[in-house]
Amino acid sequence: MTGRLAPAPATGTAPGTAPGTAAPGTGTWRPCGRHRPVVTGLGVVSPNGLGTERYWAATLRGDSGIGRITRFDPSGYTSSLAGEITDFDPARLPNRLLPQTDLMTRFALVAAEEALNDAGADPRAMPDFAAGVVTAASAGGFDFGQRELEALWSRGGAHVSAYQSFAWFYPVNSGQISIRHGMRGPGGALVAEQAGGLDAVAKARRHVRDGTPLMLTGGVDGSLCPWGWLCMTRSGGLTGRTDPHRAYLPFSPDASGYVPGEGGALLVLEDPRAAAERGVRRIYGRIAGYAATFDPRPGSGRKPGLGRALRLALDDAGIGPADVDVVFADAMGVPTLDAVETQVLAAEFGPRGVPVTAPKTMTGRLLAGGASLDLAAALLSLRDQVVPPTVHVDSGDVPDTLDLVVGAPRSARLRHALVLARGHGGFNSAMVVCGRD
Amino acid sequence: MPLLTVPDLLTLLRECAGEEESADLEGDVEDVAFDALGYDSLALLNTVGRIERDYGIRLGDDAVERATTPRALIELTNAALTGAFPSAGGAARDK
Amino acid sequence: MSKIHDARRVVITGIGVVAPGDVGTKPFWEMLTAGRTATRLISSFDASPFRSQVAAECDFDPAAEGLSQRQVRAWDRTTQFAYVAAREALADSGVTGEADPLRTGVMAGTACGMTMSLDREYAVVSDEGRLWHVDDAHGVPYLYDYYVPSSMAAEIAWLAEAEGPAGVVSAGCTSGIDVLTHAADLVRDGAADVMVAGASDAAISPITVACFDAIKATTPRNDAPESASRPFDRTRNGFVLGEGAAFFVLEEYAHARRRGARAYAEIAGSATRCNAYSMTGLRSDGWELAEAVSSALDIARLDPSEVDYVNAHGSATRQNDLHETVAFKRSLGPHAYSVPISTIKSMIGHSLGAVCALEVAASALTIAHGVIPPTANLREPDPDCDLDYVPLTAREAAVSTVVSVASGFGGFQSAIVLTEPGRRR
Repeated sequence: MTGRLAPAPATGTAPGTAPGTAAPGTGTWRPCGRHRPVVTGLGVVSPNGLGTERYWAATLRGDSGIGRITRFDPSGYTSSLAGEITDFDPARLPNRLLPQTDLMTRFALVAAEEALNDAGADPRAMPDFAAGVVTAASAGGFDFGQRELEALWSRGGAHVSAYQSFAWFYPVNSGQISIRHGMRGPGGALVAEQAGGLDAVAKARRHVRDGTPLMLTGGVDGSLCPWGWLCMTRSGGLTGRTDPHRAYLPFSPDASGYVPGEGGALLVLEDPRAAAERGVRRIYGRIAGYAATFDPRPGSGRKPGLGRALRLALDDAGIGPADVDVVFADAMGVPTLDAVETQVLAAEFGPRGVPVTAPKTMTGRLLAGGASLDLAAALLSLRDQVVPPTVHVDSGDVPDTLDLVVGAPRSARLRHALVLARGHGGFNSAMVVCGRD
Repeated sequence: MPLLTVPDLLTLLRECAGEEESADLEGDVEDVAFDALGYDSLALLNTVGRIERDYGIRLGDDAVERATTPRALIELTNAALTGAFPSAGGAARDK
Repeated sequence: MSKIHDARRVVITGIGVVAPGDVGTKPFWEMLTAGRTATRLISSFDASPFRSQVAAECDFDPAAEGLSQRQVRAWDRTTQFAYVAAREALADSGVTGEADPLRTGVMAGTACGMTMSLDREYAVVSDEGRLWHVDDAHGVPYLYDYYVPSSMAAEIAWLAEAEGPAGVVSAGCTSGIDVLTHAADLVRDGAADVMVAGASDAAISPITVACFDAIKATTPRNDAPESASRPFDRTRNGFVLGEGAAFFVLEEYAHARRRGARAYAEIAGSATRCNAYSMTGLRSDGWELAEAVSSALDIARLDPSEVDYVNAHGSATRQNDLHETVAFKRSLGPHAYSVPISTIKSMIGHSLGAVCALEVAASALTIAHGVIPPTANLREPDPDCDLDYVPLTAREAAVSTVVSVASGFGGFQSAIVLTEPGRRR
C-alpha cells in the first residue's frame, strides 16, 4: 500500500489546496492573515537586575553584572568571569519546590510569576487548555545533576534523589511552570544553544496562531557549577581574561571571547483578540517576524546563514531593512564571528545604516536565556523609545561600518527592532518585534 | 539503631521534600494522609529512600502505596528495624 | 480546529531506524511483526548494584556502521544513533540532490541528550565523585557538544546538507512525537520543503538506571529479562529502559509528488497538552491525553470512528496502562472497544524520547504493509485494561489511519495522526 506518488506538473497543487491561497514549495507562502501575537507581560532575572524594571534601569545606566564567579572557586579553570545572579532569594518560592529544583528552574519560576502578573493573567481562571508554555533550554539543570552524579559515583545508586529523573532535564522549566500555574495547553522545550531563546518564542507564536490564546515563552538558563563550567570552557569561545571591564568586548579588535552568564526572560504572548477580550490595555509590542537557518559545513565555501535568517525574518514581518530602527546583535565576542555579523549588518542595512547594540555586554551570554532577554530589552526599547548601550567597548575600536551604541543610551524613534541570535554549532535565528501600532 | 519517631519523620520529610506552607505539620498529624499534608508519591519515594539508607533497611517497592499516613510509615519502618518484618539489607545498593 | 491553513501537507518519504535488535528498518519491522522481544540483562556496564538490571540494548557497532574514528571517539552514542538513522532515512527517500539545501531543515528530538558521555566523563573528571571541583586537566575537548544536545542536530544538518531551520525539541518521553509536530509545522508554514526529523536516546547508563530505581518506575524483573516488559498485563511492574533512534524525511506533498517519491504516510495532525499536575504522575481521568488525541484528530479532520489502529504508549507501569485506557475511551468513545491497540514497548522497551519516533516508524510501516505489530508478553490481561491490545501475535489488517500517543515526565501528553498518503480530507 506504499504508494509511489505520481509525478505532478511543477505547478501542481496538493489535494485540498484552495486556489490562490498558497504556492507550495516556493517559499513565499505565509499563514493566512496578519495574525500577530502581542506581548502582554515580561519577567526578567538577570545578573544586573532581578525583575523587569530593575533590569531595565540597570541596563540603561550601563550597570554590568559580570564579575569573578563566587558560587564556587573558579581558580583551576581556564575562565573565571561570569554574569552571576547574586541577590536571588529562594524563599520567594514555595518551600516544597526547593528540594526538586535546580537554581535555573527557581529563576524561571520567579520570571514566570512576574510575567503572568505583569500581564494580569491567571491561567487557572482561563478556559481548559487555553494557556501553554514553551521554553528554551541548553543543558538543563546541570547543578542539580552534578550533585546527583556525585551521590551516584561517591556513595552509590541508592543515594540518587527521586527528583533527579526530571530536575535536570531540558523541558523542566516548562513542566514546573505549567504545574505551578495550571497551564494545560501545548508544552515543551527547544534547544539550539543561544538561538533557542528565539526559536521557543517562534514556536509559541505558532501555537497562538493555531488557537491557543496565551503562551508563556522564552528562556531562563544557567549552570554555574564546577561541572557545568568545565563543559562551558570547552565551547572554545570563552574569554580567559580576568578583568570584568576588559573581558567581553564584541566587535572590538581586542575581542577575546565571551563571558557566560545565568538568567533570562519569559514573555506572555497572546492572541490579540483574546487579549482584548480579557481587558488587556497595555501591550509591549508584537512578534512581527521570525526565521531560522543553519550554517553550511565549515570549509564548504558556502555563505553562513545569518544574513539569510535576517532577510527571511524581515520578509516574514513584511518589512524592508529601512523599517528596522535598532538591531540587538548576537555579539559573540569571537573575532571571526563578529566579522560575519558586521558584514551581514553592513550588507543588509548599508554602512552605519542602523543603530546596533549589545546590552548582553552587561550580563554575559545567558545560553538559552540570552536571546529571550534581548527580546525583552527590544520590547522595552520600543516602549521607552531608547536604545540601551553596549558597555566596556571603546567607540574608537568599533568597525567603521557599524553604528554601535556605546557607553550611553540613545533616544530614537523606534518602530521595529531586530534581534539576532546564533547558537553554537551553526544555528542562526532572527526575530522582528514592533511596538504598539 | 533507635526507632523512628514522629518528629524524626517530619524532619526527614522537610529535608527530602520541603514543607507545604498551607499544611500544618505542628499539630497531631500522625493519622493525616500524606496527600493532605502536601506530600505526593514522589516526595514519599524520596523520603522512603532516605529512611532505607539512614536505617539500613528495605521497606519494599510498595511501601509508598501501603503507608499512606505518618503512623503507617513509622510502623512499617519500626517493624523492619525490630525484625518483625524481614529486611532485605538496605546497604546492598550502597557503593 | 486548527486555525492555520493546511494547504501544504506533509508526507513521510524516508524512514531510518536504530532499534534494539539489529540496526535498520527492515530487521526492526521483522522483529516487531514476529512479536520477538529484545529485552535482556544490561551488558554495557555492571548493573548488579541496581534494583532494575534489565534493558533493551541496541547491538550497534559504530565502526561497522561506517563511522570514522573521530565520530566513534568524539560523538556520544545518541548522536551516533541519530546519524545512522538519519542516513538511512535520507537514502530511503532519495531526496539527496533533489531538494534545495536552503529549504531543507533538521529537527532532532531527545529526552536525555548525551547523558551517557556526561555520566562517564563526570566520573573521570571528579575522580569518581571525590572532587566537587572537577579536574580541568582530565576534561575531554568534546564536553560542550555533550553539554548542549543541539550538537546532534548540527551533525545531521551537515550530513543532509541542510541550511534551513534546525534545532532540538525536547519534552521528555513525548519528544519523538513533538519533534515531528514541530518539523511538520515548519513545512506547513513554508519555512522548509524538506525536514529531516526524528529522535534519538541512548541513556542506558548508571545515572539513568539509578534515577528510575529511585522512583521505582523500571521493572525489577531481573529473573525473566526477555519477558520483563508486560504492558496491559496483570503482572506488569514497571518499564524496561531502552535505547534507539528513528529519523524520517518529512516532505511537502507537492514537492514529493514532483520528484515521484514514495510516501509511507501523511502526518495529518498532532497535538500536545500539559497535565499541569505532576512532573511524573498522571491524572487518573486521562483528560489531557484524550484532549491531545481529539485535537490531533480535529486537525486531521477525522472522526474517531475512522481510526484503524492505535499505537499506545504502553510503558507497563500500572499508572500509565490505566491512564491511557481511560484516555482512549474518553477520546474515541465506543470505537475504543473495537479498534486494535498495541504497544511495541513490550518488545523494544522504553527508549524515553526516542521511543515515540520508533513508534511512529512502526505506525507508518503498519499503514504501508497492512500488519499490526502485537503487544508481546500480554498473557494475563489486567481486568481494568479491557480493550483490544492485540496480544502476542501480529494481525493483518487494512490500516489507513493510525493514532500514536505518548505520555511523559513534565506532564506532557502527545498524539499524532498518520494517514495513508494522499487520502482526501
